[in-house]
Amino acid sequence: MKRKLSIGYVIIYLVLILWAITTIFPFVWVINNSFKPSREVVNSSFSLPKEFTLANYENAFEKQNILTSYYNSMVISGSVTISVMILSSMMAFAMTRYNFKGKSIINSLIISSLMFPAFSTIIPVFKMMTDFNLLNKAISVILPQIAGNLSFATLVMMGFLRGIPLEMEEAAYMEGAGVGSVFVRIITPLLRPALATVAIFCFLWSYNDLFTQLIMIRRRVKYPISALLIEISSKYGKDFGLMAAAVTLIIVPVLLVYVFLQKNIIKGLTAGAIKG
Amino acid sequence: MLYKKKWPLLVFLVPGFVMMLVFLYLPFINNIRGSLYDMTSVVQMPGQEFKFIGLENYKNLFIDPKIRIAIINSFKMMGLTIVFQIGTALLLAILVDSIKHGQQFFRIVYFFPIVISATAIGLIFKLFYNYNGGMLNQLLEHFGKEPINWLAPSIAFVMISIPTLWSYVGFYFVILLTGINGISDEMYEAAAIDGCSKFKQVFYITLPLLRGVICTCVTLGVTGALKVFDLPWAIVPKGAPQGVTHFLGTYMYEQTFTISNFDYGSTIALLIVIFGVVVSWIVSRIIRPDKNLEYGGAE
Repeated sequence: MKRKLSIGYVIIYLVLILWAITTIFPFVWVINNSFKPSREVVNSSFSLPKEFTLANYENAFEKQNILTSYYNSMVISGSVTISVMILSSMMAFAMTRYNFKGKSIINSLIISSLMFPAFSTIIPVFKMMTDFNLLNKAISVILPQIAGNLSFATLVMMGFLRGIPLEMEEAAYMEGAGVGSVFVRIITPLLRPALATVAIFCFLWSYNDLFTQLIMIRRRVKYPISALLIEISSKYGKDFGLMAAAVTLIIVPVLLVYVFLQKNIIKGLTAGAIKG
Repeated sequence: MLYKKKWPLLVFLVPGFVMMLVFLYLPFINNIRGSLYDMTSVVQMPGQEFKFIGLENYKNLFIDPKIRIAIINSFKMMGLTIVFQIGTALLLAILVDSIKHGQQFFRIVYFFPIVISATAIGLIFKLFYNYNGGMLNQLLEHFGKEPINWLAPSIAFVMISIPTLWSYVGFYFVILLTGINGISDEMYEAAAIDGCSKFKQVFYITLPLLRGVICTCVTLGVTGALKVFDLPWAIVPKGAPQGVTHFLGTYMYEQTFTISNFDYGSTIALLIVIFGVVVSWIVSRIIRPDKNLEYGGAE
């Protein structure tokens, strides 16, 4: 009986480890190959670098200007994240603390907008940006991304705020605090875990969203990081070393942040997905 | 008392709502309107009138052979998502739940591909599939076999589906695992005392109690399958070879932003939304997430 059970466990662990290898191997492979000259990648992509080189990285930083794209991406995703954090906590506060006419309509509008994929709004938004001469500017990606992330974020915040009892706020009111200071001094600190979730997801989605970037930004110096990757791939697709280095540069910061913050990410994901 | 006065409501609600109004709701309606006009350019010059063409674009959907490929591919992707993506995730979640050591490790590692951008994953697979010295052909060469064109028209769809499906397994895995963790241990203990094997416990306890969570996953999965864009675009842009790898998203992008057929692009975009609404309605009909509640079962 006991031996049988342990054979079962061995099989379970084997299956789990096999899948873990598929999720680790591609990234290790690409990082390893980014330190090789292209001809070595083409011939022996599995071994450790024989001629260790940083030439691919020099190329990525100097010729491809990857730092500029990092900067563009940080401006875009940073602004999106901060704006969504502020706007969604305000909306969630209003939606969970006030009763008003039309509340249920607004509530269903927020939920239904989860069904609008970016495809269904992008053409009129593109037209708007062209009309106002905002194409190729960071703001043309920032605004639609804020709107796109806002409904998810508001729903997460609402779920979180509903679970917080009103007593503290009432007590503060007795002490003479107004709505503004209740929101800033009491609600915002309580919301911190939900804010962390929303911030991480907004940042990742915005940083990784290729579709909006490709449409709004057509000038190379303004490219955010995903658009730059596509550009490098179409122009230098044969330079395997450079491709590997560029991919490594985009994934390593994200992986590091993820490993440090993974608790928040996974907790937030389940809160968002199951409640939303 | 605190929330009696209504004027702060305006301050809190209006900024966010205006953002959504201007960049989601109004564009959504304009997109529907746009699909009814013959838009020759995105910006209307002064004095220029777009011709009203009614449902012309929608009729076109039935004739255009390429949209048929895109629709079929998107629906195939939905089916594959349910079977392979959510199926694999469910299997992994049940297995991880049954082990004692290393749960945390698998949780972290299985989630890697989700935090990485689909563009980066697409490019990694592009390097894998490359004919001259790609990773897979190096493997074949090592075993003395002829190299294969991994993106030939006959197999391109499969080769693009693999990374697309693989990359999101971890997402559903985490949701399902959380659901499984929520089932009380007492239930399993009682079943074990009654002589129910581990294997049977999965079918009689875990799966029925996960109904709601599985429904969430399937809905997210099928609507997600309709939104596939980044990964195919990074591996083979524009549905290459010969348009066989077009999905609704990539085809909409190509029509709109490379061919400048804005009105037809709007039509496809609306089609994506309609498919999403209809399919998620069907999913909730079939799985009936609240069925357990009807006879007072657990959540």
